[in-house]
Amino acid sequence: MSYVLDYYNYWIVVFLMMAGFYIVISANNLVKKIVGLNIFQTSVFMLYITMGKVSGGTAPILAEGVTQYSNPLPHVLILTAIVVGVATTAVGLSLIVRIKRAYGTVEENEFENKDDAI
Amino acid sequence: MAVLIDLVLLAMLAITALRVIFLKDLFAVVMLFGIYSLLSALIFINLDAVDVAFTEAAVGAGISTVLMLSTLALTGRTEKESRRSSVLPLLVVVATGAALIYGTLDMPPFGAADNPIHQHVAPRYIEESPKEVGMPNMVTSVLASYRGFDTFGETVVVFAAAIGVLSLLGVARRREEDGAPDSGLKESDLKESGFKGHKVLRVVAKLIIPLTILFALYVQFHGDFGPGGGFQAGVIVAAAFILYALVFSLSHALRVVSPKFLQVLASLGVLLYASVGIYSMLKGGNFLDYNKLAADPLAGQHYGIIIIELGVGITVFAVMLNIFYAFASQVERSNIK
Amino acid sequence: MLVLDIVSSILLFAGVFFGLTGAVGLFRFPDFFTRVHAASITDSIAVILIISGLLLQTAFDLNTAKLLFILLFLMITSPTASHALAKSARHGGLLTLGESKQQKQQMQQKEAGQ
Repeated sequence: MSYVLDYYNYWIVVFLMMAGFYIVISANNLVKKIVGLNIFQTSVFMLYITMGKVSGGTAPILAEGVTQYSNPLPHVLILTAIVVGVATTAVGLSLIVRIKRAYGTVEENEFENKDDAI
Repeated sequence: MAVLIDLVLLAMLAITALRVIFLKDLFAVVMLFGIYSLLSALIFINLDAVDVAFTEAAVGAGISTVLMLSTLALTGRTEKESRRSSVLPLLVVVATGAALIYGTLDMPPFGAADNPIHQHVAPRYIEESPKEVGMPNMVTSVLASYRGFDTFGETVVVFAAAIGVLSLLGVARRREEDGAPDSGLKESDLKESGFKGHKVLRVVAKLIIPLTILFALYVQFHGDFGPGGGFQAGVIVAAAFILYALVFSLSHALRVVSPKFLQVLASLGVLLYASVGIYSMLKGGNFLDYNKLAADPLAGQHYGIIIIELGVGITVFAVMLNIFYAFASQVERSNIK
Repeated sequence: MLVLDIVSSILLFAGVFFGLTGAVGLFRFPDFFTRVHAASITDSIAVILIISGLLLQTAFDLNTAKLLFILLFLMITSPTASHALAKSARHGGLLTLGESKQQKQQMQQKEAGQ
């Protein structure tokens, strides 16, 4: 039982990663692909933060009477990653708007082979 | 008890992600993504990552959801049926998942204090940060001082995203600046959008927007002592102005904060960050060496961190609002047609 | 101190109960507008009870003021959100259950009369 509790976080993270991955490779609509990509990104954040947690520690803010802090380094990396993720999402969504304007559709099977036409 | 909360929240997250796979209504998919973001923010708090939870709630459940909804307004609400079989993606996913789970069996157990990740750099930051930087929030001291160069790169990435979105979409210009009408867009048409008849929304928005901006200023300058900092503050101010644009019509918002002003502001934020680094070089230290900014190194660190967080907040605010303007004016243009 | 603990746990349990009824109502109510009402129960009464329960747990310090401010802002913004939802549905032409039944009856009468 303690074995499951030790690794439960990692297994859920792998499940979320695979759910996001499945949406990215199999969704037909481009907006749904971007949602899948964001689900994948957030699950990776969860992996880092899970690794940084120390049982019995608190948030890495100096306070009176606290001896054990959680690791602040993964938090810093993930802060950067979240902001870069939203920047990527914004550029991806604006590409989708232009694709809609150029091809008239955002369903992948409808504009897959249309590149030669334009 | 914390373990139980952890288990339940992670299970809810898995159920949400599973539901997203099978939904065809994209509006519901985007709403579920907002819920996914908020649930992960809760899990981050449970795992002691308060700064990260703040940023994830503001950015993931706020800005990302708004941008996806404006894209949906342009591209349509439902996903059409796909004639491709889903056996091959399923096989790929199952194989990758099995390999990854096999990999996690080798990982150190969750939460143990002697994991390899807690060994080399982190104890040094935790012990030396009060003496070298002197602020309570260790995440801010690592983000802004020890790893200040990475944060500079992140600010430039946000700025580059603004350039990318603006070059792809463009922004509606104010009427007075245009010589010829732009695809028949009229000022009166722009006034039609917005909730003109919604008195409750207008009164509450007038009440809430100044308080939101005040809270964002608090978050900006309090980032040294508690969770907060430049990114969260910039996103919150952008959210306040997005609320203004939604309730009082986009043309009013474009007049209050014009896109050209935002472009100048974004570049000013990045320049402020870089100028702190150059000033410390002129004073005889390395790039972004805050010890040289004042006579006392601890005071120099404090000045450096406050100024660069200000630069980051200004850039993030300007970029997020500009991206929203770009998307919203696309929606306006297609509405008029 | 024990009295405060008992009162705060009663308030927290009551808040959780109302949150649960709001969630059950969201599933079981037949019509959009009644579902919005069920969801707004979570916004208003559940939030008040839960935050009052938490208020009794704090010593009288900064956290008390923070919780009071959170309660104030939630009470201003959450009912506004439910109001905006219901108003835009109405503006978009959504009919309540009684009105849609009436409309169906009128169409059936017209077809029977023709």
